Amino acid sequence: MPVAKVNGVETEFEPGMTVLQVAEKAGHEIPRFCYHERLSIAGNCRMCLVEVKPGPPKPQASCALPAAEGQEIFTDTPMVKKAREGVMEFLLINHPLDCPICDQGGECDLQDQAMGYGRDGSRYAENKRAVEEKNMGPTVKTFMTRCIQCTRCVRFITEVAGVPDIGMISRGEDAEITTYLEKNIDSELSGNVNDLCPVGALTHRPWQYHYRPWELKKTESIDVMDALGSNIRVDARGPEVMRVLPRVNEGVNEEWLSDISRYVVDGLQRQRLDRPYVRENGKLRVASWEEALGVVAERIKAAPADRIGVVAGDLQDAESMKAALDLFRALGSANTDCRQDGAAVGEGPREGWLFNSGLQGIETADAVLIVGANPRTEAPLLNARLRKAWLTGRTEVGVIGEQMNLTFDHSWLGAGSKTLAKLPKAAMDFLTKAERPAIIVGSGALTGDNGAAVLNALGALAKKVGVVTDGWNGFNVLHSAASRVAGLDMGFVPGEGGLTAARMVGKGALDVLFLLGADEIELGASDAFRVYLGSHGDRGAHGADVILPGAAYTEKPGIYVNTEGRVQMAERAVFPKGQAKEDWAILRALSALVGQTLPYDTLDALRSKLMSDHPTFGRIDYLPAPASFDVTSLGRKGDLGDVAFHSAVRDPYLNNPIARASVTMAELSALRVAPVAMAAE
Amino acid sequence: MVGILEDKDRIFTNLYGLQDWGLEGAKSRGAWNATRDMLDLGRDWIISNVKNSGLRGRGGAGFSTGLKWSFMPKELKDRPHYLVVNADESEPGTAKDREIMRHDPQLLIEGCLIASFAMQAHACYIYLRGEYVLERERMEAAVKQAYEAKLIGKNNVHGWDFDVYIHHGAGAYICGEETALLESLEGKKGQPRLKPPFPAGAGLYGCPTTVNNVESIAVVGTILRRGADWFAGFGRPNNTGTKLMTISGHVNRPCNVEEAMSIPLKQLLEEHCGGVRGGWDNLKAVIPGGSSVPLITREMSETALMDFDSLREMRSGLGTAAVIVMDQSTDLVRAIARISYFYKHESCGQCTPCREGTGWMWRVLERMAIGEADPSEIDLLLDVAGQVEGHTICALGDAAAWPVQGLIRHFRHEIEERIASYRSRRANFAGHAIAAE
Repeated sequence: MPVAKVNGVETEFEPGMTVLQVAEKAGHEIPRFCYHERLSIAGNCRMCLVEVKPGPPKPQASCALPAAEGQEIFTDTPMVKKAREGVMEFLLINHPLDCPICDQGGECDLQDQAMGYGRDGSRYAENKRAVEEKNMGPTVKTFMTRCIQCTRCVRFITEVAGVPDIGMISRGEDAEITTYLEKNIDSELSGNVNDLCPVGALTHRPWQYHYRPWELKKTESIDVMDALGSNIRVDARGPEVMRVLPRVNEGVNEEWLSDISRYVVDGLQRQRLDRPYVRENGKLRVASWEEALGVVAERIKAAPADRIGVVAGDLQDAESMKAALDLFRALGSANTDCRQDGAAVGEGPREGWLFNSGLQGIETADAVLIVGANPRTEAPLLNARLRKAWLTGRTEVGVIGEQMNLTFDHSWLGAGSKTLAKLPKAAMDFLTKAERPAIIVGSGALTGDNGAAVLNALGALAKKVGVVTDGWNGFNVLHSAASRVAGLDMGFVPGEGGLTAARMVGKGALDVLFLLGADEIELGASDAFRVYLGSHGDRGAHGADVILPGAAYTEKPGIYVNTEGRVQMAERAVFPKGQAKEDWAILRALSALVGQTLPYDTLDALRSKLMSDHPTFGRIDYLPAPASFDVTSLGRKGDLGDVAFHSAVRDPYLNNPIARASVTMAELSALRVAPVAMAAE
Repeated sequence: MVGILEDKDRIFTNLYGLQDWGLEGAKSRGAWNATRDMLDLGRDWIISNVKNSGLRGRGGAGFSTGLKWSFMPKELKDRPHYLVVNADESEPGTAKDREIMRHDPQLLIEGCLIASFAMQAHACYIYLRGEYVLERERMEAAVKQAYEAKLIGKNNVHGWDFDVYIHHGAGAYICGEETALLESLEGKKGQPRLKPPFPAGAGLYGCPTTVNNVESIAVVGTILRRGADWFAGFGRPNNTGTKLMTISGHVNRPCNVEEAMSIPLKQLLEEHCGGVRGGWDNLKAVIPGGSSVPLITREMSETALMDFDSLREMRSGLGTAAVIVMDQSTDLVRAIARISYFYKHESCGQCTPCREGTGWMWRVLERMAIGEADPSEIDLLLDVAGQVEGHTICALGDAAAWPVQGLIRHFRHEIEERIASYRSRRANFAGHAIAAE
């Protein structure tokens, strides 16, 4: 490896590194505003100036300068100090001194670096510049006077998010960052520009003036709004979750987060179930835990084992599902299902329901066939990865399903199962000639009567074009529910002779229907005694006969398995609301009342049982290498029928009970999903 | 004889537009003569002759043209090569390329062909300044004539397929910076790019590109025709050749003139421009190379030679050789404040020191021009100029700082007097009011 000297100390570096990276490697912090590892290099803030020999006798922008063998880099000479002070002074002359009322205060790069590298006072005696506020939509609050024109937001929105909605207009000191015609940013990743903004110019509109960063307790957690399992940090003040920010995980979310995962948190404060309820004379009334659990236990004991059943919801943690599964199996019931949408996955090898290439791995695919999914709405960060792959020019994307705007070019091959039954030659060629072809199948294609046949056909196609080979497994199921893979991994599917979720809610199917946070299933026909365990007064709770208040995802420690099969553990950020309890503890208490006491008294014991029964849960934060498997064994051979594939997620902003309780999500849904009303002119 | 250069040695023989600008007229003056023979002598011959002629870029930076050409990849690989001619002549005081394009366009087109051949480019873009409407029409007409005469185009008489495209800019000064010009040419906002990569590696549309000034290209044909030694015979070593000079301001006859490099500034003014208005002693200061270079005083002008090295020794520069003469009636602080306003207005706003510093300098200078300032602000201004200079992506930051530095270096006393007189007129002067919040 080549060697450069940083402040006199020899440092090895990899070819292609910049001077800034080499200096950081040597342990010298380089201040910067515009430079960001995941964006293109702009070199415009000039804060990262260092002295480099050999080179011209003036400071150089280290972020853009390639390091070279034998280079001498100086980060602490008087010239560098003076240059940094100068740039800092320029940045501050037109920056308002409104830190006390600025939301960025306390976590502001400009504040920190002004302390570290600036002068002590201002020499600027002219009037300061003021810039008009801009409208950027419901997620971004602008204070453009604070803007230092680093263009990180512009680069993020054009490069990563792939929409040309933010840009810089005008020249010189009149230059402004704007959405041109005051339009909303039409990207589901828009919230990231607030994270990227090194000053308080772009801040989180939904949380404006809600908190100061130093008041918050920070807890590492996992997001459940989609099946990617984005790594998040939950910031809470007292009992209230104030905000959610992304954590870095190269394998999952890099350092981005979708708007829904980020801004859904106000839904955690609304529509909450904080006390048990029992229905009496057609009306719900508040009840004690003893009473509510007693009623449920009575009903369960009275019903025959094949007349009780449980449906697990999309946001459940693995522990509560394990407890429910163990309880109902102990009661002798085979009626268990975690697939509210009825997707035809869950049989055969584990690879049959995983996103096998991995989220990171999909970037290396050179041909991607998307079937019945809209990654942009179902998993925005996966879409960003696909865009990243497409930008390299090596990846081609084909789509069977809805016509949609994915922010990158792709060929639309057809609408549904007809196309899949007889793939056009061009589509076949594009998969066959690829070295690492991949198929992404969304649950939208696997639901319905033909789901199993579609899965089987895709398996056959995968075999034919070499999607699964030694060392490469491009067969990818994209789930839309965060709980799905954990449920399937532990076998939360109908047992021998058991009913599926769809049949459990049928008329006269069951005596007691237990809904474990299940809100996305049509319950109109069901006449069973209905028990709802969950956090929000939503579809599942409506019409329930007993409501057991549970914990939302920020309120319980939990294990989640994402669509890749990566097991991740979340911590509890705040306690459940009111009298609500953690879900597994409620099930444990119920188990004693029905005479089938579950063999664990603590969460740790439950986890031990989970991991010993299903060893895959023991591998926290571990992604297995792509394994080859018999892809043709999936699903069942059958008639594909003639159905058009639709994304499983009709409206990502109203896709679960927490989101439906969120004001911000309602706003985003109205703006981005609802058809735009056109004025008749 | 007037000046140094004799008429027989002029390259731009129709500089004043007294003869036909068209193809026939240009041919009668020697353009397109034996161009084919020159191309037949090969690329290396062309480049080595241009190098030997000592031609330095005429756009202001003064980089050796032949050397610049030799930076282009030797082999034509998967990407095409481009020649881009920078005709975005926007430097205040400069009007030399304008005259070439108006009156001797064929020399430029011929130069484009030779340079493109030398760099294996089949396409050349001429990026014209937005305000040059007449020049664009003239250039388009000239290009059309050249196409019709099969001098350029597919299957032309020179055996090198070659197209010329005229692109009309939109009037931004910054688009005269070579990488901002390329951005603008690509249809983007004209903002300078980071270097490296240099245009010779990744320029227009990411392909190897050379950007040359109009004058640098237009002289090439004649240099090759008359020999590198002929061109190198003018001027001092390292500052050779002939050069178009634009003299404006307080002289009796402002003019454009082609002169030998290294002509004494005084001789240039006296012989070509009829002297300074009111006599040499009435001279106050000279900006010798366009608005971006520091001014020099009358004493320095006595000995200054119009070349790169002499003016650099005086901590100024030859720039575009646009001499702006200012006599004793000039309010120098006001003049530099106006130049400062120009740079504030033309800064692209991309990088911090230039975006923020140009406005700061202009505001301070505006106050100084009426004296409403504190003497300590002179040092502050100098410091701010130093914080802009050399800290920016492109040279506009330097260009904005140099005039200010020149003013303070040589005419600090004028600012001090201005401030003192302003204060004496105000009995109750209470210092400068501070309101920065």
